[in-house]
Amino acid sequence: MNDYSVWSVLRGGLTGQRHWKPAWRDPDPQPSYDAIIVGGGGHGLATAFYLAKLHGVKNVAVLEKGWIGGGNTGRNTTIVRSNYMLEGNAHFYEKSLQLWEQLSHELNYNVMFSQRGVLNLAHSDAQMDAYARRGNAMRLNGIDADLLTAEQVREIAPMCDFSDKARFPIHGGLFQPRGGTARHDAVAWGFARAADRLGVDVIQNCEVTGIDVEQGRVTGVQTTRGAIKTKKIGLAVAGHTTQLAEMAGLRLPIESHLLQAMVSEPLKPWIDTVVTFGAGHFYISQSDKGGLVFGGDLDGYNSFAQRGNLPMLEHVIQCGVALMPSLKRLRLLRHWGGVMDMTMDGSPIIGKTPIEGLYLNGGWCYGGFKATPGSGWVFAHTIAQDRPHALNEALSLSRFETGAVLDERGAGPTPGWH
Amino acid sequence: MLRIECPWCGPRDMVEFTYVGDGTLQRPAIGAEAGHFDYVYLRDNPKGVHVELWRHGAGCRQHVAVKRDTLSHDILQCGKPGEVTK
Repeated sequence: MNDYSVWSVLRGGLTGQRHWKPAWRDPDPQPSYDAIIVGGGGHGLATAFYLAKLHGVKNVAVLEKGWIGGGNTGRNTTIVRSNYMLEGNAHFYEKSLQLWEQLSHELNYNVMFSQRGVLNLAHSDAQMDAYARRGNAMRLNGIDADLLTAEQVREIAPMCDFSDKARFPIHGGLFQPRGGTARHDAVAWGFARAADRLGVDVIQNCEVTGIDVEQGRVTGVQTTRGAIKTKKIGLAVAGHTTQLAEMAGLRLPIESHLLQAMVSEPLKPWIDTVVTFGAGHFYISQSDKGGLVFGGDLDGYNSFAQRGNLPMLEHVIQCGVALMPSLKRLRLLRHWGGVMDMTMDGSPIIGKTPIEGLYLNGGWCYGGFKATPGSGWVFAHTIAQDRPHALNEALSLSRFETGAVLDERGAGPTPGWH
Repeated sequence: MLRIECPWCGPRDMVEFTYVGDGTLQRPAIGAEAGHFDYVYLRDNPKGVHVELWRHGAGCRQHVAVKRDTLSHDILQCGKPGEVTK
């Protein structure tokens, strides 16, 4: 298959656009693979891509129960950032952000990565102090962060309420200029195409129904399209991690929760950054089509339903209107829900499991999209070398038992509070 | 909107309640060496019937046990803690 380039677009324009081919093959599953990745979302496809590209493991299959981009990869609000404070998280997310900066070239696919900045608003002196601390921690880790005054916030986000009537007056904010957004479907499609070009079998409509374990190590998977043998299985199934792990007899420190997202009717360019409210859970950005994309907190109870409830929708919109009163006049176009793997400390799990040959990538809470390339990069290393990379050592499954949890918010072992 | 039948106050909207979590966990006995990790961290997280606790913060402030389907959000049974089992 040829590279996508300006020349291929011009040539196609002159030849009636007949040059377009399917972006990846539609292979049948082989009887065995060197490694199998369960889950054809961004994380699973990125893992397969980096396995083939950096570790020479090319006999790989990605098994997807639905279609590529049909899960949480296509349901998130597309925000990318690395504004973490704790050591174990900060370097990992920063690696991911660095991979994002080169991703369109790496994949030969435009993922529309836009570094429009991420602005966290502060509404009290105490919150300003907390942001100064986080910003300093980020800078010490070599990550960009600027502490802004209310006047500087106003220059970036003039649509916020700076009047005396504001319910939660804005004191300032913490800005990460290198953060931004990316087109989420393109990320899945780009990784699928790039992995396919390196020989990875991307197999859709193939649901894993069982994991074969003999004497403490994996031997293969059962699927709706037959049994497949393998010695290495990587799980990357956001939302259903506990379901898959149960097939191998594992109980995890994870609950599945429900998160809603919303998009308004399209309007002219209005907000050219990502803004998060500091006095409630609300964040907003504008898509390239013009719709305002926003979301808030979890609905708060265990759920696999992929649809939300109205009290949370109302709460999120109230937060939005308190921050940006002009939102009041907009109509909501769509809202939807996704299933989040919420871990007990709010940080993801990437690493080995007690079963030999079974590797786990999950528990992304509501922050999985930004980690897509970094997650695939370290997970591929973990699978190929059978040991974690330095960047994901702190994200091990065993940290809950040893007490080395990574609780960025300090909320304790209640998944719904992270 | 979920409607939860509080055994002390009657049927109320979910907004009066705070979700507590899995209601089937057994706290290890005082002085027990083992079992704390399982109790604090590990969950069954069923896709289907889940027995859970909600706290009626805007009412009687008691814990209410609810049997609910996590796939459909249907509430199957409500009662006092310990009365509702899988």
